[in-house]
Amino acid sequence: MARKLPRKDVVIIGLGWTGAIMAYELAEAGLDVIAIERGPWRNTATDFPPGYAADELRFRIRHELFLRPGQTTFTFRNKASQTALPIRNWGAFMPPNGVGGGGVHWNAETWRFLPSDFVLKTHLTERYGAGFLPEDMTIQDWAVTYDELEPHYDKFEYLCGTSGQAGNIKGTIMEGGNPFEGPRSRPYPNPPQDQPFSHTLFAKAARDLGYKPFPQPSGNMSRPYQNPLGVRLGPCTYCGFCEWFGCGNYSKASPQTTILPALIRNSNFSARDNSEVTRIDLDSSGKRATGVTFVDTAGDEWEQPADLVVLSAYTIFNVQLLLLSGIGKAYDPSANTGVVGRNFTHQTVSDVVSFFDSAKFIFNPFIASGAIGMCIDEFNGDNFDHAAHGFVGGGYVGQVQTNGRPIETTPVPPGTPLWGAEWKQAVKENYQSATKPGTGVHGSMYSYRDVYVDLDPTYKDRFSRPLVRITMDFHDNEIKQNKFLTDKFAEIFEAMGAKQVHKEYRKAPYDITKYQTTHLCGGAIMGSDPNTSALNRYLQNWDVPNLFVLGASAFPQNAGYNPTGTVAALAYWAADAIRTKYLKNPGQLINA
Amino acid sequence: MRRRTFVISLASWLVSTTSLTRARVIHGSIPWSPFPDSAPEIVRPGPWQFFTLDEARAMEAIVDRIIPPDPETPGGKDAGCAVFIDRQLRGPYGSNQGLYRLGPFGKGTKEQGAQSELTHAELYRKALAALDGHCKSTQGGKSFAELGASEQDDMLRKIESGEIKFETVDAQGFFSALLKDVPEGFFSDPIHGGNRDMVGWKMIGFPGIRYDYRDWVHRHNERYPYPPVSIAGRADWTPKSRA
Repeated sequence: MARKLPRKDVVIIGLGWTGAIMAYELAEAGLDVIAIERGPWRNTATDFPPGYAADELRFRIRHELFLRPGQTTFTFRNKASQTALPIRNWGAFMPPNGVGGGGVHWNAETWRFLPSDFVLKTHLTERYGAGFLPEDMTIQDWAVTYDELEPHYDKFEYLCGTSGQAGNIKGTIMEGGNPFEGPRSRPYPNPPQDQPFSHTLFAKAARDLGYKPFPQPSGNMSRPYQNPLGVRLGPCTYCGFCEWFGCGNYSKASPQTTILPALIRNSNFSARDNSEVTRIDLDSSGKRATGVTFVDTAGDEWEQPADLVVLSAYTIFNVQLLLLSGIGKAYDPSANTGVVGRNFTHQTVSDVVSFFDSAKFIFNPFIASGAIGMCIDEFNGDNFDHAAHGFVGGGYVGQVQTNGRPIETTPVPPGTPLWGAEWKQAVKENYQSATKPGTGVHGSMYSYRDVYVDLDPTYKDRFSRPLVRITMDFHDNEIKQNKFLTDKFAEIFEAMGAKQVHKEYRKAPYDITKYQTTHLCGGAIMGSDPNTSALNRYLQNWDVPNLFVLGASAFPQNAGYNPTGTVAALAYWAADAIRTKYLKNPGQLINA
Repeated sequence: MRRRTFVISLASWLVSTTSLTRARVIHGSIPWSPFPDSAPEIVRPGPWQFFTLDEARAMEAIVDRIIPPDPETPGGKDAGCAVFIDRQLRGPYGSNQGLYRLGPFGKGTKEQGAQSELTHAELYRKALAALDGHCKSTQGGKSFAELGASEQDDMLRKIESGEIKFETVDAQGFFSALLKDVPEGFFSDPIHGGNRDMVGWKMIGFPGIRYDYRDWVHRHNERYPYPPVSIAGRADWTPKSRA
C-alpha cells in the first residue's frame, strides 16, 4: 500500500529544463509545488569540478551522467513485422538522469524553429500541393505559431545568456546573423563566442560560395552574465569537454546555473530526488488526475496527491507514463486510430570528415565549446525551393566541431586499416589537420504512419512494467534530403582546400547503435484535433484537463534544429496559460 | 506488482548500482557538501587483478599488435593498455553493471545492437582461452604470445575477417571489443591505468585536461605549446622524495 503524503497544489514529474521552468513560474504564482525526480540532485562543485570533469572514459564512454539501461530501457525494431529487442547499451540517443536532466550534459545549442515549421502541413500543401508529400507522411500544424512563442523564446535565451548574433530583429535583417530566422524582439543577451580556426575557415569558404554563415547560437557564455533571476554564469573556457559532460566552470546554461539557485529559495518549492514516478493516478471518472505514485530508493511506495500534474520527463518517458497510466487512447498504426505514441520522430544527422595538409593546417581541435561553430541555414526547413528535389524538409549544416577528445575524435582517412602501425601513423598525422563536426548535417525528420511507440509485449523494466517499444525506420524523403544536404555541406569543405573529403551519408535502415542526437520527439503531440493529438495548443491533455505534458513529446514532427530552445519556449507558453487562464477557471481550455 | 516481488527486484537493482544514494526531500537550500563527493577511482600499478598470467601474456601481445611500438611512441603494452583492460574487466565494465541484462535473448539484426548474454569479462575469458587453444593446435603447441609478430598479425586479421571462428564464443565480437577497448586504454586519462606517461596524448598533441583555452582560441594555425596534464597532474609536478 502506498503511503499518502500531504496534498500539494502542483506535482511536477522530472526536474530537468521544463520541470524547473514550470516549477519556478508556478511557485512564483504562489502555488505549493513539489518536483519528483528519478535521479540524484547534481551540483557543479561536488559532481563535476574542473579537476576531474574532463574524464573522457568516465563520462563519454561509460555514460556516468545518464540513465542506466538496467534501470529502464526500450525495445527497438525497424518494422512492425520484426520482433523488437531491448537496447542493452545506449546508442542512437542518450536518456538523461538526475536533477537538471539533459540540461546538465547538453551542448547548449540554442535554436528557434522557423515560422513555417509551426504551420508545416498548411505551408507545404499551399506551396507544393498536397500530392507533393509522401502518402504515409503524417505531419501536422502545431496549433501554436512562431509569433505566439517569440516572447517565450526570448525569455529562455535571456534566462540562459545565449551567445549569438541576431539575424532578424523585428523584420530588419542584421549583418552576420542568420537571415532566415523568424523576427526576434531584441538581440541575443550576449555576443557570439570566439570561433576556432577550422570553424573560421569554414565560414570564409561558405561566404565565398555565396552563403550567409553565422555563429551557432550558444548557451556557453561568451562573457560573464547575470540573468534576470539574479543567477550568475562564468565565461566559457573552450575546454572541449562540454556535451556528455557537466560544466565545471558554471559557464554552460543548465537548470543548475540559471534557475535552481533562485527556485530553491522559494519556500513554496520542494523537490524529491532519487524517486521514480511509476503512475499518474486518476479518479474513478478517469477524467481527473488526483496526483502521482512514486517509489523511493528504499522500495517504499508513496502517493503524492495534487490538484495539478505536470509531466515533464524526457520525451519517451512522458509517453510511457501516459500509456501505463491509461491516459489517452494508444495509437494503432494499422487502424490509424488513437493518439498516444503517434508521430514519433528523431533527427536525420550525417557527417562530412575532411583531411587537410598537415604541413599547412593546425586546427587544435581540443579548443572548442559545446555549441561552437559556424553554420548556414540556406538548406533548412523550406528556406529553398523543394519542387525540383522530390523531398521536403532540411537542416542547418556547419562546422560545429565541439572537441578533439582522443577516444572519440581521432579520424583517419577512409581505407586506413582499423588497427596496427598504419592506423597508428594515420591517427598521428591527421589529428591536428582533420575536421569532424559530429552533427555537421543536422536534418529534420518528419512523421510517418508506421513510425511510433507503444508498450512491448515481452520485455519489462526493474519494476516489471512493460518497456516502451520503438518502431522506427528512415523513409525515402529523409534519405533524399540527407544526400542533398551532405553533398552541399561537402562542397564547402572542398572549397576550404581539404585534400580529402569523406561523406558519411545517413542511410536506411535506422540503426539504434549509432549515436545521432538525443532529440527524440513526438508520441504525445499537440494539435487542434483530439483525434490526432494528445494535447491541445497549451500542452494540456485533452482527456485529463488537470494534466499538462511538457517537452519534445509535443512536437508533431521534428525540424532541422536542436529542440531545446523550442522545448523551453513551449514550457513558458504552457506556464503562462496556466497562470493567466487555467488557474482562474480550472478545466479544459479549448473546446474542440 | 506484488510488493514482495517488487522489493526483491528493487533490492537486486540497488545491489547492482555503484552508490547507494538515498531519496531525499530538498527544501529551502541546495543540498551541498563542501568537498567533491564523486572523485574518480585511480588505478594503482601492481599485479594483475582480472587476467591470469597466461591471459595477461596473450593480452600484452595483442595490445602490442593493435597499437605497435614505433621509434617515437611506445606500443599498447608499454602504454599500459593491457593493465587498463585488466582493471576495466574487474570493475563495472567487466560485469556489465548498469546495462540491460534481462531476457529473453533473441538474435536480432545489426541495427538492433548487441544481444549477447555474456558479460565483457566472460567474453574476454572465453575468447582468450579459445585463442590460445586455436594457436596450440595450429602452431605446433605455441601460445599466441610465443608467435612472431607477423604470425600474430596474420591470426588477428583472420579473426577480424571471420576466417577463424571459435567454437565457444563469437571471435569477431571479441575482436570488435578489442578495437574499442585497446584505443580507449591508449587515449583515456592515465588514472585508468593506460596512456602511461600520457604517451597517447603526446603522440597527437592533445593537452589533456587543461580546461581553459581562452588565451589560445584566437591564435589560429599556431601549435599549442604546453605539454599535457592528467587528472593526476604531471610527473614533473610531483616533488622528488629525498633520498
